[in-house]
Parts: sequence; structure tokens; C-alpha cells
Amino acid sequence: MSVLVIAELDSHGIKAATRSAISAASQLGEEVHLLVTGNDVAGIAIEATKIAGVSKVLHADALAYAHGLAENLTPLLVQLAANYSVLIAAATSFGKNVLPRAAALLDVAMVSEVIQIINATTFVRPMYAGNINATVVAPAGLRILTIRPTVFEAVAATGGAAALETLTATAETGQTTWVSRDLVELDRPELATARVVISGGRSLGSAEGFKSTLTPLADVLGAAIGATRAAVDAGMAPNDSQVGQTGTVVAPELYMAFGVSGAAQHVGGIKDSKVIVAVNIDADAPIFQVADYGLVADLFTVIPELEAALKA
Amino acid sequence: MKILVSIKRVVDYQIRPRPTQDGLDVELSNVKMSINPFDENAVEGAVRLKEAGVASEVVVVAVGTAANQDVLRHALAMGADRAILIETPSVVQPLTAAKYLQAIVGRETPDLVLTGKQAIDDDAAETAQMLAGLLNWSQATFASNIQLADGRATVVREIDGGQETLSLQLPAVISVDLRLNEPRFIKLPALMMAKKKPIETLPAADFAVSAPALTVLQIAEPPARKPGKILNNVAELVAALRAEKVLP
Repeated sequence: MSVLVIAELDSHGIKAATRSAISAASQLGEEVHLLVTGNDVAGIAIEATKIAGVSKVLHADALAYAHGLAENLTPLLVQLAANYSVLIAAATSFGKNVLPRAAALLDVAMVSEVIQIINATTFVRPMYAGNINATVVAPAGLRILTIRPTVFEAVAATGGAAALETLTATAETGQTTWVSRDLVELDRPELATARVVISGGRSLGSAEGFKSTLTPLADVLGAAIGATRAAVDAGMAPNDSQVGQTGTVVAPELYMAFGVSGAAQHVGGIKDSKVIVAVNIDADAPIFQVADYGLVADLFTVIPELEAALKA
Repeated sequence: MKILVSIKRVVDYQIRPRPTQDGLDVELSNVKMSINPFDENAVEGAVRLKEAGVASEVVVVAVGTAANQDVLRHALAMGADRAILIETPSVVQPLTAAKYLQAIVGRETPDLVLTGKQAIDDDAAETAQMLAGLLNWSQATFASNIQLADGRATVVREIDGGQETLSLQLPAVISVDLRLNEPRFIKLPALMMAKKKPIETLPAADFAVSAPALTVLQIAEPPARKPGKILNNVAELVAALRAEKVLP
């Protein structure tokens, strides 16, 4: 038996997150096959045969697969599952949308967002926004996994020489129609993938204060701006800037928290940051327990000083 | 149009979860529990559709222990019409939950099922998609806008790096994101009124549900970060961050 990785495509071809899924798949000690689906993607399927670590590329082409709709893709996954011991995708919005539907149809208890593969049936996955790690064993038989792409280093896009097999596509179910897609062109980095994130809490005082205080520093650092749930609830920052368990989980190289107390739900969402800096006037704030560097000081004096120091 | 909303009772988002002594579960005794935040958005979304005259009835359902009465009451106070509890001896995993919900859908025949995009305890984000699969219904996950008209739902969903719009044939299952709305604050009169609304309790044994489940070997806190350093001024901070190579 082999492992089947479900590829996710964008306008540039196979996404890097899929190559992370291949890397995770190769830890299972079986042959790795890659399923490439889409509309008019023969070129991408040929390109995919060069990906390191893949022995066979399965290519299914149909209009029904054009936008990765779960309703149209799952019948194909169900059909292919009989030949595989494991189905894997990255835990992206695509993987999370498609695989659970397939798992239910195959009557499999799936394992989502795997961060560590211990052996072929034992996996570690985060719960409570990363505040807890669970080690779980999947039942015997087919396993279905999504893996967190940031923890598995992507395999190389070239260097492989996989066989290519063309599959007959399954039918369009007609249940859901794709209308449009808007990818955000941000003038600053996206929160979830930014290299630097600076965020503020309720102590910034007002929406105006939040923006005028953090924006200049974010500009200097090329940072995304985040906020605590309290700041969002108080109307100081937009909903989509919320960092934490109920917002966006971030893992930047540098996370700077200004006037953030360090509520469990916020800390859960920043734990995987490489370096955490906390600036808070309250020396007892829980944020200092997770910070690598702390300044017990007023953010309104620290931020201008930081800007000046970085511009110098 | 009838809307079924599936909700879950979870450790409150402000509480830091701890493993139990035996390392096989998360400590739930004497811990504040609340409605899963994303499910609260789903209830709010359904109630707003009713207030707009689009939906005629909002039924909330929870699968779990008897303690779920409190979150069902919360949803009733938000404006749901009635509640169903499928009472299980313990918390169930997503596939099991989806199968119970499938049974309730068979009985209630809603036009739409709404639920949160994930529960903040297991963070699995599986139940809605599993239910849609079991029912062979259309699905939309991570919804931030839902419009209903002419037997279809137009859904804006949050995807990596942006949004996409789908048009779903009803009946459908939709899981919702925090961005869908801001749940209302419950006032005392609404709480009092909710006490009069019915909660129907159905024992799990009444359903012929069986599903494979994951075995939990260990529940643990992730490895601790190395201890931090309190610095004296901005100059020290900049020097430290440059030494870490996270600043130019």
C-alpha cells in the first residue's frame, strides 16, 4: 500500500504547503503518490512528477475540479482510498474543507493538523490553540490526516522522477457553484504569514490611538498589525486583526506585544513565534511568562523610542 | 425555512487549560465552561435570519453531557426557538457528533445547518464537513457572510490569503467564522424568557450511532519556552533582537 497526498494548486502550480505534506507523508515509510486535480492542469501534473520523494503522480482533469470544491472532489477520493493506507493533505483552508468530508464518507476518524508523526498510526496534534498537545492513535485501516505545513519542511520542487498516470474524472455533482475568489492585496504583510507581527491591547485606548500608535512602527518593521480579542471587542481594531485562539494563530520570527496582558487565548495564538517581546507597564502581566524579552514600561514612550532607534 | 444550529460546550476561551493528573484529558472540573465562540456566531447568524424574516424557526442542538443545558439555555436566550440535547456520557469526537447530528437532521428536516468553523477545545474543524458528507448535502466552511434566496445560499468564505464566494444548493451545511457577526449581549429579560423555552433531552442510547474514534495516549502542555529576560531600556531590546537576527 502507499500514501496518497492530495495536491493543492494555485495560479503558480502546486502550493508549497503540498510539498510539506509530501515531506510528512515520506515519514510514514511507504511509497508516496500525489493526486493532482483541476481543470486543464496537465502541465502542472507533468511539473509535479519532478517533485522530490514522489513515485507516482495521479492526474484527474475536469471542469468539476477547477475550484477544489469538496462536493466534487470527495467522490474521487473515496474511489481512490481503496488503494491507499493513508490520505494526507496540508491543513490549509483547502485541506480542512475537503478531507473531513471524505473521512465521513469512508467512516474514518481523521487526525487534523498533525504537528508530529511518531509512527504510522500515532500522531501529535495541538488542541486549545496550541496550549495542549494531544498524542493520539488512529484506528487500524485507512488513516486520513491533515498536517500543519509550517512544521514539516517542504520537499524540493525538483529532482524527482515520478511516473504519471491519468485518471478518469468523477462527475460534477452540481450541488455548489463557485462564484468568485478575491485574494487580498495587502499594503502590509498578512497576519498569518508575516515575518514580524506587532500587536496591541485595550490599553491603546481608542481605535484612533490604536492605529496612530502602531502603524508608524509597523511601517518601519514591515510588520503586520494584530490585536487582542479585548481590543477587538472594544472596537479599537478590526475583527480580522485578532490574534489568538479565536482569531488568527501566528508564528512570526518576531512578535511584539504592546500593552497586552497575556490572556490564555491570546498566548495560545502566539506560542510558535520565534522571539516574543512584551512591553507592559504591569510587571505582573502574564505575558512576561512567555516573552523572551520584556520591558516593564509605558508603550507610549517605548514605541517612539523604538522607531527612532530603528531608523537611526 | 428551518435552521438547525449545532453548538458545543467548551472550556471558556479566557481559561488556560491544564492536563489532568493522569495526563489523559484536560481538566474540566471547576473550570468555567461556555458556548464555543464560533458556535455563538452561528446562533447569532441564525437568529438574525429569523429576525429578517428569512427563517421561520431556529432549533439548537448539542451533543454531549447533561451539563450542556447551560449552553443550550444561552442559545435560547439569544433567540433560538427550542433546543435539543443528545445526552452522551462524555464528550464525543467529531465523526460521532456528525452521526448524531445526521440523525437529528433526519428527524427535524431543516433547510440549513449552521455551526462554528471549529470548537476551541479540540480545534478539529471537522464536524460540519463530516455532517455534509454523511447527508450528501452542499457545504461551505469558514463562512463570513451568508445570504439566502431562491433555495440557494450565497456564502463568502474565508480562505488562505483572501475570500471566495460560493453558491450552494439548499439544504446545506455551513460552518461559520468569527467574522460572520458579533453575537448579541444577552439581557436579563431574554434570559428569563429562555427559561420557558423547551429543551428536549434524548439519551444517546436512543440512536444507533457507532463511529471509529481516536485513542488518546497523552494530553500534555507543549514544551515550555526558555525563560525570558527583563531588559532595562529600548537600546538593550534593540541590541538583543539584533543578536537574535530578527531585526536588521
